[in-house]
Amino acid sequence: MIELNNVSKSFTLHNQGSAVIPVMEGASLKVAVGECVGLVGASGAGKSTLMRLIYGNYLAASGQILIGDVDVAQAEPREILELRRNTLGYVSQFLRVVPRVPTLDVVAEPLLAVGEDQGVARDKAASLLAQLNIPERLWSLSPTTFSGGEQQRVNIARGFAYEYPAMLLDEPTASLDAKNRATVLGLINAAKARGAAIIGIFHDEAAREEVCDRFLDVTGFSPQVAA
Amino acid sequence: MTPLLQVQGIRKTYGSFVGCTDVSFDLYPGEVMGIVGESGSGKSTLLNCLAGHLPPDQGEVVFDTLADGPVDTVTMSEPERRMLSRTDWAFVHQHARDGLRMSVSAGGNIGERLMAVGDRHYGNIRERAIDWLGRVEIKEDRVDDRPSAFSGGMQQRLQIARNLVTGPRLVFMDEPTGGLDVSVQARLLDLLRGLVREMGLSAIIVTHDLAVVRLLADRLMVMKDGHVVETGLTDQVLDDPQHAYTQLLVSSVLQV
Repeated sequence: MIELNNVSKSFTLHNQGSAVIPVMEGASLKVAVGECVGLVGASGAGKSTLMRLIYGNYLAASGQILIGDVDVAQAEPREILELRRNTLGYVSQFLRVVPRVPTLDVVAEPLLAVGEDQGVARDKAASLLAQLNIPERLWSLSPTTFSGGEQQRVNIARGFAYEYPAMLLDEPTASLDAKNRATVLGLINAAKARGAAIIGIFHDEAAREEVCDRFLDVTGFSPQVAA
Repeated sequence: MTPLLQVQGIRKTYGSFVGCTDVSFDLYPGEVMGIVGESGSGKSTLLNCLAGHLPPDQGEVVFDTLADGPVDTVTMSEPERRMLSRTDWAFVHQHARDGLRMSVSAGGNIGERLMAVGDRHYGNIRERAIDWLGRVEIKEDRVDDRPSAFSGGMQQRLQIARNLVTGPRLVFMDEPTGGLDVSVQARLLDLLRGLVREMGLSAIIVTHDLAVVRLLADRLMVMKDGHVVETGLTDQVLDDPQHAYTQLLVSSVLQV
């Protein structure tokens, strides 16, 4: 479902003496349907960069990033948007929303974007929020004022509202208590069971062992520093 | 899929000064494109050329009309273009007073667009005007008040209602949230996003506010000195800018 071939990435800082910083080289990986691959490596090794490359948030310098039959490294913006709507979900570490939009609508939005009926979308959103222990009295409020942990759970509910065939999860269990962590791991396992291909970053080792089928150390994709 | 708008090699000069040059892009149905750049970068000139307010010196603006398919609107006759700007197109000005009739009631402002496309039944027109006032969150009992009695934010929302009542397919917006305070701005953004999704609108939004484009636009075009220096997916251009000017622009935003 997800296949990377020889992907590289560098940043050119034009305003800082045109410094070129290579951050990734020769990244290749494959994730099959129903499989969860955990990215490991020290902080700064490039786990999140790899995720962002796959999501099309960073522009790859070279190589192929195939999600189904779309090559994210080459695709037009509208193809990537379509891919993000229908195929590829991303749960980031931070929630970014339009101010003033109620939590329930924030969570229902990915479903509305694929043309789901408003009632069905809101029911699904409500059930996810309940599962993740967001009190019902908060659903009509904007999540911008919520605590960090609550925002994280709203973000997860939003990420799992629509059943994406491919998902990227950046630290989904960070800052969650044991009960919510178990719920999130349950959601991930359910997604795998329905055939989603998942790439995740988990710092929490127990969580990692519970959902990941195998691990990939991204340190191997770091460019060798020239002596 | 046929693009809704195909722009090819647009150039506009003011004497020896280049307003914008060599601008080409395709806009597909349902897409929202943001144009950013500093003051004087040519973004408003470009928008006015696209919307038929300014004749470009060179280039084509091909719009996919319902009746005849793709037609170049630059070479179109004036009456045809005017009809298009009343039916399929809408233009939201930065200053609401440029887009409203200040001496006509709020209901009349909305009704005028409907009458321009042939509506004549007063009851129906008033009913639709009230419906649209509700959608942009203006109370029904203000329908007979003039926009001069409205706040800046209300005027801007009235302008949007007036523009969208005829169900356009393409909306041009010039700094739609400029000059509004942040709470009103947030409300307007929320409203615009909802309308874009419900009505399947395509839109081209000119702004210098990067936060606005991040929330509203799917795609981004960055202009400097009349040239397009970078294009791409909005979050990609903002998070991984490639051009020196875009990097400067993104790194200059103040953090709240």
